[in-house]
Amino acid sequence: MNSPVQASPHALSRRTSGHIMALVMAALVPATLAGFWQFGWPAFCLWAVTVLSCVLAEALCLQWSGRRVAPVLSDGSAALTGWLLAMSLPPWAPWWIGVLGGFISIVIAKQVFGGLGCNVFNPAMVGRTVLLVSFPVHMTQWVSPQVLAQGTDLAQAIAIGLNGGIPDALTSASLLGHVKTELGRGLPLVDAMHGFLPEQSMLGLRAGSLGETSALLIGAGGLFLVFKRVIGLRIPIGFLAGLCIPAAIAHAAAPQAFLPATTHLLSGGALLCAFFIATDYVTSPSAPFGQWIFALGAGLLTWLIRTWGGYPEGVGFAILLMNAATPLLDLWARPRIFGRRIGGKPLDARRAREVTR
Amino acid sequence: MAHVVIPPIRRLLTRWGIHPDSHKFPAAGLDIVDAGLPPLLVLPLSQQAGAPARAVVKVGDHVLRGQLVAEAVGHVSAHVHASTSGTVLAIGDAPMPHPSGLPGQGITLRPDGLDRWAPREVEPYPINLAPEEIARRVAAAGVVGMGGAAFPAAVKLALGQRSGIHTVILNGSECEPYLSCDDRLMQECAGDIIEGARLLLRATGAQHLLVGIEDNKPDAIDAMKVAAHPYPEISVVRIPSRYPMGAERQLIHTLLGVEPPAGGRAADVGVVVHNVGTAAAVWRALRHGEALTERVITVAGGAVAAPRNMRVRVGTPLSWLVERAGGLTREPARLVVGGPMMGVAVPDLDVPVGKGASGVLALTAAEVGEREPSACIRCGSCVVACPVGLMPLEMANRINAGELGQAEDIGLRDCLTCGACGYVCPSRIPLVQYFAHARGELMARERERKRLDEVRELTEARAARHEREAREKAEMHARRKAERAAAQAAEAAAKAAATQEESA
Repeated sequence: MNSPVQASPHALSRRTSGHIMALVMAALVPATLAGFWQFGWPAFCLWAVTVLSCVLAEALCLQWSGRRVAPVLSDGSAALTGWLLAMSLPPWAPWWIGVLGGFISIVIAKQVFGGLGCNVFNPAMVGRTVLLVSFPVHMTQWVSPQVLAQGTDLAQAIAIGLNGGIPDALTSASLLGHVKTELGRGLPLVDAMHGFLPEQSMLGLRAGSLGETSALLIGAGGLFLVFKRVIGLRIPIGFLAGLCIPAAIAHAAAPQAFLPATTHLLSGGALLCAFFIATDYVTSPSAPFGQWIFALGAGLLTWLIRTWGGYPEGVGFAILLMNAATPLLDLWARPRIFGRRIGGKPLDARRAREVTR
Repeated sequence: MAHVVIPPIRRLLTRWGIHPDSHKFPAAGLDIVDAGLPPLLVLPLSQQAGAPARAVVKVGDHVLRGQLVAEAVGHVSAHVHASTSGTVLAIGDAPMPHPSGLPGQGITLRPDGLDRWAPREVEPYPINLAPEEIARRVAAAGVVGMGGAAFPAAVKLALGQRSGIHTVILNGSECEPYLSCDDRLMQECAGDIIEGARLLLRATGAQHLLVGIEDNKPDAIDAMKVAAHPYPEISVVRIPSRYPMGAERQLIHTLLGVEPPAGGRAADVGVVVHNVGTAAAVWRALRHGEALTERVITVAGGAVAAPRNMRVRVGTPLSWLVERAGGLTREPARLVVGGPMMGVAVPDLDVPVGKGASGVLALTAAEVGEREPSACIRCGSCVVACPVGLMPLEMANRINAGELGQAEDIGLRDCLTCGACGYVCPSRIPLVQYFAHARGELMARERERKRLDEVRELTEARAARHEREAREKAEMHARRKAERAAAQAAEAAAKAAATQEESA
């Protein structure tokens, strides 16, 4: 009837790792569907290819390292990585971008470190960053939204997926990329921003990746996760504060040279990062104080890179940099232990006694 | 009764702990029944924290209820009394509720069915007794902490007298799921508990007494408030329901807003905590002269037909209790003595319950949950749940890597093994098992180190002695030599003088 060792507790919560992954995916569904609607079949095909290649890469690695494949795959972490990666790619990118990105994310960023829970860097962001550095052209070709209205079908999607290349008539620049180019040419910000409205960003009626266009739905998905207690509020708030506060100050000081905080908030996947990427359990600190430092640092770095870096978008780099600091933050920013001071020395009994009297 | 409430800000700032499914009903809604006398009783000799008691009866002796059958050994221990009248059948190894599943020492008793008491010392007004006398009688009755740890109550009282206690806390939180024995006891015997509490106040010399009851037991709170009404020094306080609210330090912090320093005792901050069941047992011991021979136990779990709270003789086997609760409806996946969070899993129904057992649970596979561990996803749920502010995932990591010293550095010794982290872990990692293992290993290492230190000291002492002896020998030789030389010189001088004289 009983096995020899049965350690307490003899009751467990019902939430498992698989449930958590499923909730995160559920939170991504609205924004993803909105993206499919905007960008048509090619976006759906790229998404499917990326997710499948991540799952396949995970299965191959597990098989190769002699671990059981089915139970590990069923936790859904590989599919989630693929999903997040697909959300950060240009929706009309050729399929090989998705396949390559998926394999880089899973093999190099995750399995080489020992699989789930052992990786230092966020797999999806490693995949995206490697792709961005290696294939800058493919990774910055954005398609105008609402193509679905103009009609894409599966055949066209396969052609785009296999051959790549977006018809010139349909290309468009992302806001951050456009502004960076125009500011680089010495134009004032008002002219560069011409034609971009915050409402468009909210609803997602503009060029960008699946995960950055529809800020509203991404934010709603994030709040759903907070409500379900899958993620805390510290990292999202910290990240957005770290991004928006310096942006607001700089914009107030020099409106011609710096983008306003709302633009930063609503573009470049800032919300996707705040709710879905920075909050990745494995690569973010698990203690409250460390989470604040991590999130504020990532937000600040994002703003710095967007403003002065060589790339228009800074989220990926900022997250990877702060990922590197996570082990140290977990070591240094530990919570205070009950009955001890922050350094670890026991509290003074005499003083405690006086308080209770 | 003074009115005391927890400041809202303290409620708000309290983030630790978990809210497991309570499973308190239907047992919590039904009154306590008597479990009756089983055909055989096994009185464990080690049912209290500290040293096992030593049997003072022989096989074949006839004993009466409340008669001393095993006496306390050493400072931290407690007497064991016969829980009914009958014949001692055996003294020796018997199945025991211990995680190892190994047998332990016990006295097997066959009840004669008459249930005759040994002479009892009735005291109409025990509140007039001297504090030392109260502690002495509590010790004589073999009362231990009824919350689960079974720490001898008299030892705690003596400690209180020495360290200037100003507040006694009665722990009525009963934060473990399934258990409702304290809840029922507070509803049905509030008077006994309050009278016992007054005796505890007198014995420790404290001025205030706080009864902390979780807000999921409104009936118990009402009953206790009524019973405590005549006494201004006693306050019944509603506390938030969360696990592990009943942990001593967490309860002190919730009620008084003060953190007992790590590594010290509650008495260091002038507080002592007793369970409500202990207070009732103290009252019965002093007022009626009854030794601790029975207690209230919750028999529950998904595999039990009719969960119920029962008044159970110490030493009753689990099988009897399960039968009294309607038997098993299905094969249980796990049998537990105590609560589901910190209780002890036992191999079968043959083991007896001791004085510290608050529950007997037969849990189904669905209640126990799927336990195949997977990789840690570092979700940090355990960090949020930990009532002590530890990082269980980091400790488990280090223990996994064999770095026990590092695990100790980040707080292994402060762990309560309350199981909150193991409960919430979505990867089903047996965190408590890791910590228990690591502590055991560290203790073994510490013992080994001490032993080696002793050996080294002895060797060094021996070497030093040898060296000293050799030196003394050498010195003696040298002295002798010098003496001899001096004697020879003196002789030579004398001879020379003699020849000179002769020649002269």
